[in-house]
Amino acid sequence: MGAYIIRRLLSVVPITLGVLLITFFLFRVIGGNPAYRIAGKNATPARIQQISHERGYDKPLFLNLQQFPHSLFDAQFPRLCGQLMRLDLGESLSTKQRVSTMLRQGFFPSLCLTVPMFMLELALAITIALFAAYFRGSWIDRGLVIVSVMAMSISALVYIMVAQYWLASEWRLFPVWGFESPYYLVLPVLIGVVAGVGGSVRFYRTVMLDEMYQDYIRTARAKGVSQPAILFRHVLRNAMIPILTNVIIAIPFLYTGALLLENFFGIPGLGRMTVTALFNGDEDVIFADVFIGSILFVIANVITDIAYTWADPRIRLK
Amino acid sequence: MTAAATTMASPLPTDTTASAPTGLWQIAWRQLRRNRLAMVCLWILAAYTVVWVYAEGVFWNAHLRGVTPTYKISHYDIRNQPPSLAHLLGTNYAGRDNFGQVVQGTRIAYEIGLLTSLIVIPLGFVLGALAGYFGRKIDTAIVYLYSVVDSIPGILLIMAIAYVVRGAIDRSPLFQNVTRYIDSGLLAICFGMGFTGWVSLCRLIRGEYFKHRERQYVLAARALGAGDLSIMFRHILPNVAHLVIINFSLRFPGLILTEAVLSYLGVGVSDEPSWGTIINDAKQRLWLGNWWELAGATIAMFFLVLALNLFGDALRDALDPKLRTAEAKTG
Repeated sequence: MGAYIIRRLLSVVPITLGVLLITFFLFRVIGGNPAYRIAGKNATPARIQQISHERGYDKPLFLNLQQFPHSLFDAQFPRLCGQLMRLDLGESLSTKQRVSTMLRQGFFPSLCLTVPMFMLELALAITIALFAAYFRGSWIDRGLVIVSVMAMSISALVYIMVAQYWLASEWRLFPVWGFESPYYLVLPVLIGVVAGVGGSVRFYRTVMLDEMYQDYIRTARAKGVSQPAILFRHVLRNAMIPILTNVIIAIPFLYTGALLLENFFGIPGLGRMTVTALFNGDEDVIFADVFIGSILFVIANVITDIAYTWADPRIRLK
Repeated sequence: MTAAATTMASPLPTDTTASAPTGLWQIAWRQLRRNRLAMVCLWILAAYTVVWVYAEGVFWNAHLRGVTPTYKISHYDIRNQPPSLAHLLGTNYAGRDNFGQVVQGTRIAYEIGLLTSLIVIPLGFVLGALAGYFGRKIDTAIVYLYSVVDSIPGILLIMAIAYVVRGAIDRSPLFQNVTRYIDSGLLAICFGMGFTGWVSLCRLIRGEYFKHRERQYVLAARALGAGDLSIMFRHILPNVAHLVIINFSLRFPGLILTEAVLSYLGVGVSDEPSWGTIINDAKQRLWLGNWWELAGATIAMFFLVLALNLFGDALRDALDPKLRTAEAKTG
């Protein structure tokens, strides 16, 4: 198992390399020389050249073939990889801050928002899904499914706008904007849960119903196990694999925050930071974001595999 | 093909009394027809499609004659009016009829669904088929490719692609003839959603090709001397084509919702009234109590997305009941 985990963790190298390559391709190859974006519309050619030279945009993209043996890797992409490998995340162009500082500052507000949202939604979705599975085929089940699908058919924007306008602004139940005390997070978290729970309920219900019709459930029922015990001890336990897959894979994306909620409610998290960076052509922030994201993603994948062995002892990692 | 079709359809409750339906599609249609909810959704979708065709008519009529389309003409004397008989959904900040805007939004929604699928379906299908059919190194490479795409937060990658591609489209003389008819912002988000959305289809098709390449009909075709390409696209393809349709009908509602979010974040459609841009514009005047702008687009979007979601589910259950859990397990 140890060897398996190490092998899987090593896949972080090709995955991260691929992620950086895609991002690099987007911003430097399709996007053209970033110096034009940095310098603005009225820049002189000399200024462009100066920025290009300072930031190394005048170097070849992938390999420096002109200076073949001694500085082959003196090119944009290898330099970027080298910089990130030294864990140097660079500097933001617009705020002149270190990207690592910005990430550290944005991390906390983002997690304050996404973690409670994620937990609440998960608990609520699994409870409702168990409820629907318990009443499977009846009008309660069908009603829950329809309501879930209806809930996921409304744009997240609309949830936010309506709640912010009526609940916060008109009725003054919640603060409208800002990040000053935990109370400021209540409404965004609630909106996030309501907007997201429909899809999750539908997913978990499907997973649980699939287990409901297995032979071992029939056996359990035949030997007189009570319905709640069947649901919690048998169905939930066996539905754990798809649930875990779904849950753990979502965790790395928590750190990018909730773009919409952060924007609407003025929460200074990573989501807002990333969107701003994208429009300011602030590449270092984007590269840092996807770099960390891909590492977390690989780690989450490995944790999923380990969790499988815990949820289902029949699974062996080799 | 018929052999495979019957094995796939076997879990369906087959009607023993009536004349036995033949083939996957007839059986599926029969089951759909019995599903009242699915039929209601189908009618709703038909109604939207009529609206879409009408909106395309309005758009192309104005474009080909070189005049400004009516939905883009401003009437500053009737700005921000609440719903009335003349303007069922009121008017917006430029005095344009909100109902007309919402109708055009239907056109944009359909265009997004179709254009994105023009990227997703060929890319996802061909890569999935190659990976599943050949296995080994090709499979490893394709799985690697989609793992990489998967490990970038979806909305971020879509935004980045859309943002960069938009700039490239606007600069490139190649696209000038295209952007005269299709908004460059719309084209850009279709690129963004297309180059991220192929992953789920690819995964699905790959799994199916894995199963089918060992089936007897494939072995028989190979024994008769059929080449790989012919087996992949002439023999296996008809047996998995229904997955593309299911995948499309379940992906389409997501695209419509994503478009709204992208518009808010500033990378959406720029010069045409999409539901996203309408909602986004409405945001500024909701604070003045102008609820109708928001309501119109929201309701239009809600019923289309709802009908697509429910119909997609029913279609999947009718065409391939095993798929539901397969999808749930792979996410």
